[in-house]
Amino acid sequence: MPESADRIEKRIELKAPVSRVWSALTDYRQFGEWFRVKIEAPFVPGQIARGQITHPGYEHVTWQVVIQAMEPERLFSFTWHPYAIDPQTDYSKETPTLVEFRLEATATGALLVLTESGFDKVPAARRLEAFRMNDGGWTQQMKNIEAYVAQAS
Amino acid sequence: MSPRRRSVAAAAQQGPAPVFAAPVFAALGDETRLALVRRLSDGSRCSISQLTTGSMMSRQAITKHLRVLEKAEIARAVRSGRESLYELDPAPIEEVRHYLDLVSEQWDQSLSRLKSFIESEA
Repeated sequence: MPESADRIEKRIELKAPVSRVWSALTDYRQFGEWFRVKIEAPFVPGQIARGQITHPGYEHVTWQVVIQAMEPERLFSFTWHPYAIDPQTDYSKETPTLVEFRLEATATGALLVLTESGFDKVPAARRLEAFRMNDGGWTQQMKNIEAYVAQAS
Repeated sequence: MSPRRRSVAAAAQQGPAPVFAAPVFAALGDETRLALVRRLSDGSRCSISQLTTGSMMSRQAITKHLRVLEKAEIARAVRSGRESLYELDPAPIEEVRHYLDLVSEQWDQSLSRLKSFIESEA
C-alpha cells in the first residue's frame, strides 16, 4: 500500500458491477451494514450524516460525517474525524480528514480506491508529530512544557 | 512505546496533565534540563563536552542532568568511538506511524466487510 505520513490509500478489487458497489457505498442502509453503523437518513451532499456505531464494543460512539461528493458510480466522498472514539473528546473543532471512494470498472467487476487524506491537520497525529525533531516541533513543545511547569510551580 | 511519553504531548496541549505524566514533567521541570533538550531539539547529537560548553556548569553536573533525561526516555546516549553522544529519543515519530497504522487497519477491516457484503449476494 502506498502510504505517506499524510494519507492512507487502499485498493480493492470487487467481483461485482460498479453499479452494485455504488449502491453499497451510497445507500445509507447498505453502507451501515458493512461499516457497522445505524445511520438515521439518506446521504445528501453538503449535509451531515449521523448514526450510532453497531460495532461490538463501540456502541456508545456516535458516527458523524459530512457528505461531500456523490458523482454516480465514480466518486463518493465525505469528511470526518478519524478514529473519533473517545466520547470525552470534542472533535468538532478539529480539521477533518477527507475520505474518498473512487470506482472504476474492470474486466472482472470493479476497482475501488479508497483514500483518506489530511492527517497533517489532525491534532491526534499532530500532537504526536509535535515531537518530531527535524521540524522544530520540539521547540513549540518546549514552550508548552515551560508554560506548564511555570504554572505548576 | 511508553504511555508516559504519549501523555507529555497530550498534556501540554490539553492542559491538565494526567498523573502518569509526572515523571516526564519532573525531568523537564528544571532550567538546565530544558536547555539541554532545547539544544538537542534540532536533531543533533552532542557529546557531554559540547553540552557542557557554554552551560556555565561542570561536566559532572551536566552528566547528572543527562542521566535524568535518559531515565525519563527523553534523551538517549549513543556510542561514537570512545565517547557517548546524546540525542533526543526518536520513539515519538514511531507513535505518529502507530496512529496512522491504527486508522489504516480500521479501513482494512471495513473494506473486507464491504467485500463480503457485496460478493456474498452475487
